[in-house]
Amino acid sequence: MTVFAFYLFAALMLASGALTIFARNPVHSVLWLILAFFNAAGLMVLVGAEFLAMLLVVVYVGAVAVLFLFVVMMLNIDFAEMRAGFMKNAPLGVAIAVILLAELVLGIGAYRAGKIALGTPDGSAAPLVGESNVENLGALLYGNYLFLFETAGIILLVAMVGAIVLTHREQRSTRGHQDIAKQNARNPNEATRNVSPEVGKGVEL
Amino acid sequence: MIGIEHYLVVSSILFVIGVLGIFLNRKNIIIILMAIELILLSVNLNLVAFSAYLNDLTGQVFAMFVLTVAAAEAAIGLAILVTYFRNRGTIAVDDVNRMKG
Repeated sequence: MTVFAFYLFAALMLASGALTIFARNPVHSVLWLILAFFNAAGLMVLVGAEFLAMLLVVVYVGAVAVLFLFVVMMLNIDFAEMRAGFMKNAPLGVAIAVILLAELVLGIGAYRAGKIALGTPDGSAAPLVGESNVENLGALLYGNYLFLFETAGIILLVAMVGAIVLTHREQRSTRGHQDIAKQNARNPNEATRNVSPEVGKGVEL
Repeated sequence: MIGIEHYLVVSSILFVIGVLGIFLNRKNIIIILMAIELILLSVNLNLVAFSAYLNDLTGQVFAMFVLTVAAAEAAIGLAILVTYFRNRGTIAVDDVNRMKG
């Protein structure tokens, strides 16, 4: 059963990954990407990494893929023009891909054949028996890796601020627009003046 | 239980699909970003597989950090893309030559 599930998830993931890059319409690409992420989450569940799988579904499918979808739909792009050069680049791309894949599989084969020592874990991060993956991961994340975890939070904060700064469009309306720098730059000497008008003359503004 | 080599081969193939996607869709930067997501996904798969087979959770923690950085990268990349499209009216990567020195 596990074997069947593995091959099902793997085949679906690779197929949808390939369709992601071959689809003519970028909206279809995003949808294939979502399917690939779901199947990768399935593969992660199979080795017992439930938390990562759920994270993948929530963060990627729920946030990043939807972000892609928004951008694809928001920008009015001539996709046919984008396809130009697809066939021109194909031979070089496929050649490099085949070479890369051959090298990677060769490396894995060498590892399998010669049993290259990859190093052994020191056991400090071994999962505790009887506790769930989420509990183990949480204990590690809030213990050993607390500062890295906070750094990850800061990275996300900076990314959020950066994305807002990049895409925020200033509304230059005629009224109701507050310029804080201008407000701060005002001083009383320039903004006000004392006058003593004579009776019946009024003041100049 | 499935051997680790199966996971490694699957994630290698996914990695290569991602690289191929960058080569094939040279003009469409949205697809390039998606191909980068595929590459990072394959790396995460690798980390999780090794973490499970070596019985060490550090790999999964690291995969989480990779996920974080990938999410940040996607957000910033798409924001730059939107700004670029607003300025130029196209997202063709070929004529990104405004910043030449």
